Amino acid sequence: MNLAIIVLIVLFSISSFFFARTKVKKIAISNQTKLNALPDYYGFYLSLWCALPALLILIVWTIFEPSIIKAFIFQGISGENAQTYNNSELNLIYQQIKSFHFGYFTGTITEEIIRGAESYKSFLSIAQGSKIVLLATIIIFTTLYALKKILNNNKAREDVEKIFKGLLFVCSLVAILTTIGIIFALLFESIKFFSVINIFDFLFGTSWSPQRAFVRDASTITAEEYADLKNAFGTVPLFAGTAFIALIAMIVAVPIGLFSGIYMAEYANTKVRKYSKPIIEILAGIPTVVYGFFAALTVGPFFREIGEKFGLEVSSESALAAGLVMGVMIIPYISSLSDDVINAVPQSLRDGSYAIGATKSETIKRVVFPAALPGIVGSVLLAVSRAIGETMIVVMAAGLAANLTLNPLESTTTITTQIVMILVGDQEFDSPKTQSAFALGLTLFFATLVLNYIALRVVKKYREKYE
Amino acid sequence: MNKDQLLKKRYRAEKRFKFYGLVSITLAILFVIFLVNVIFSKGRAAFQRTTIAVEVNFNTEELELSSNASIEEIQDADFYDLSINSLLKLYKTEGAKQEKELLRVFSPDHDIEIKNFLIKNLDNLNKNVIVNLTTSDDIDQLHKGNYPRHLPEERRRISDFQLLIYDQLVKENKVNKVFNTFFFTNGDSRNPEVAGIGGSLFGSFFTIIITLILSFPIAIFASIYLEEFAPKNRITDFIEININNLAAVPSIVFGLLGLGILLGTFDLPRSTPLVAGITLSLMTLPRIIIPCRASLKAVPPSIREGALAVGASKVQSVMHHVVPLSIPGTLSGTIIGLAQALGETAPLILIGMVAFVVDIPATPIDPSASLPVQVYLWSEQAERGFVEKTSATIMVLLSFLIVMNFIAVYLRQKFEKKWS
Repeated sequence: MNLAIIVLIVLFSISSFFFARTKVKKIAISNQTKLNALPDYYGFYLSLWCALPALLILIVWTIFEPSIIKAFIFQGISGENAQTYNNSELNLIYQQIKSFHFGYFTGTITEEIIRGAESYKSFLSIAQGSKIVLLATIIIFTTLYALKKILNNNKAREDVEKIFKGLLFVCSLVAILTTIGIIFALLFESIKFFSVINIFDFLFGTSWSPQRAFVRDASTITAEEYADLKNAFGTVPLFAGTAFIALIAMIVAVPIGLFSGIYMAEYANTKVRKYSKPIIEILAGIPTVVYGFFAALTVGPFFREIGEKFGLEVSSESALAAGLVMGVMIIPYISSLSDDVINAVPQSLRDGSYAIGATKSETIKRVVFPAALPGIVGSVLLAVSRAIGETMIVVMAAGLAANLTLNPLESTTTITTQIVMILVGDQEFDSPKTQSAFALGLTLFFATLVLNYIALRVVKKYREKYE
Repeated sequence: MNKDQLLKKRYRAEKRFKFYGLVSITLAILFVIFLVNVIFSKGRAAFQRTTIAVEVNFNTEELELSSNASIEEIQDADFYDLSINSLLKLYKTEGAKQEKELLRVFSPDHDIEIKNFLIKNLDNLNKNVIVNLTTSDDIDQLHKGNYPRHLPEERRRISDFQLLIYDQLVKENKVNKVFNTFFFTNGDSRNPEVAGIGGSLFGSFFTIIITLILSFPIAIFASIYLEEFAPKNRITDFIEININNLAAVPSIVFGLLGLGILLGTFDLPRSTPLVAGITLSLMTLPRIIIPCRASLKAVPPSIREGALAVGASKVQSVMHHVVPLSIPGTLSGTIIGLAQALGETAPLILIGMVAFVVDIPATPIDPSASLPVQVYLWSEQAERGFVEKTSATIMVLLSFLIVMNFIAVYLRQKFEKKWS
């Protein structure tokens, strides 16, 4: 339906382009006046005025229609019945009504659902009708307005350019909107979560087992029950596991990445550079789910076998396997960034060092590396942020049990793994368990935000130093 | 230590240092080769399917069909008894247990396979025909040599009797390997021998198209604004900080955004390419804007000034001259961004694309899987057959990514103007 409306609006707007163009030409010839802009601009002006306001209204309408209808339905359900429902029951009934209306409902059909579906249908048709009327009126008004302007020989080019620039500006606002959306989505559920669980118990508790959490109205929880509940949501094991795996990844990635970067920037001839750089960057292009599969299927069992030979107990989902594979994934980020950073060090510094007789490696170690250090630190920080936020490798290879351990051969879990495990499959709405995933997401978002901010600042400062 | 020794020591250190660098690069390259090798050696087998030649008599009376039955009539007919009878003729069995074991040599949907064969070859009605039927996963793996047959019986999934049947059939030359078209055309299944990536191919296709439609125009417009028109003020700075930060936000956070806002607030349908596309386009947007801006920046100011000098307006100089010159860079940036989106898994899991979907989606608002999610789903399965299926899916996914990246590099090298 919406698609048909959009097609109609676009067709109308295209035809109005041609209409305005010929109309303006005719007027100019018959009145012997000079136009203020090329005829095409009058066409653009009219067609933009035809389409833009209507499309905007349509988008806003489509976004808000479901929630408004939902509110009406809720009112209907609570109005008819003596019994009162809480929010999640209302939501359930609404979903049932909707699925009944679209004909894929498979449950016991109650009177209430049938009545609800009828009113849903009528609301839909009312919404449909009023939407079309509203859009038609708006199009008529805006078209008439623009037409009048054109006939008065307005400065069409300037007007079109103004609208165009406005459109560009709005597009660039999407980035801000996305950030607001993320913060809103995370905060909204997290606040609900923190109204049940104390934020300090969340951040400093040492036991994590959200599957134990029971669903209950937050206001009626007794102190005893809370003591139990808070033990389900202590995130210290998750932070520790995340940091531990990231550390293993860094132990693998930093030396290999850094030495590759140095070799590529200082030693490699153009031919080696030309081929080895893209090959290493393949590692960055491989989807993380592939690494996860690799870690779970090849690396994990491999370590287990080796461990067995030495009589060690190695979990097949060990932190070592996940961290190692994650490190491989991160190598190209460090190598290409440090390659760039080292290349940005001015040649005069190297020449100075060579001039007093230093060898190439001494120059790199004592002159180039210290000069490039801020940039390298920045790139390592970016890599750490990537390691913390990496999901698929740890979901597939790092295990689920929240062990507080420093043994790399045992299985540990991470923030991202737990978010996925909580939210995969059917979720109970409004349960602290589901909300805890959003609270974890919020922590993750802020952790990476801080890391990225510092890293970008450091890198930027460094660039300015040598520009 | 005298001078010579010192010098020698320094030269040794030099050599050592260079050697470390070489080792690092070699290690990184070896990782790539090893990874690709593991995936390819495991996945290759999935492109072949083991079949067993079975003689089927399409007797119209037995099937309760008219003598020149139409396709619809055949569709409605029950082929189960015919199928069972034809299979049991293959090998002499005693008792229900052995019959069952014989039937288990084949994939459970053998009757439907026979039906589809007849629909494709209608002239075979009332004839005795050899039909190649798909074997069960265990026999498939055995035939491909991935299954240890020398274990004691109780530790094998294949019974001794089934091994007897298999060896007999091999002797009779009835076991064949054919190209596995099922893998590309079928949807997901619990039986690895007939599971395919058809559904997830379409799911990924719809998702990427929606991502492209949403993110490409917005990214280009935003980068044109920021690079050409934006005044230097706080709002512009804020937008830039946002873009740089969003590009580094973990993808799973975008999944939470999709779950909380798109599914929660706006009530969009779960598990669909529509929601996946919107989520991924929000994620790729900043990753496209950054290269787009770089390619706009690479157009030298003289182009803009030339246009302005002959009387073009600012908008005209940008749209008629700068943007067309930046198109190769813009396009290749977009393609690389889309390639990243194609391989993204975590956000899709959160918006419910992990549902088990057998049907191939026809529109973007049907529930579906996508290629990377299929990899994740199959990697969790215990059956041996899914290991090679997972690797083969990765091969398909990687080949798409390689093609996309290749196009991006080609566009850049072929069409981008070098200014200097």
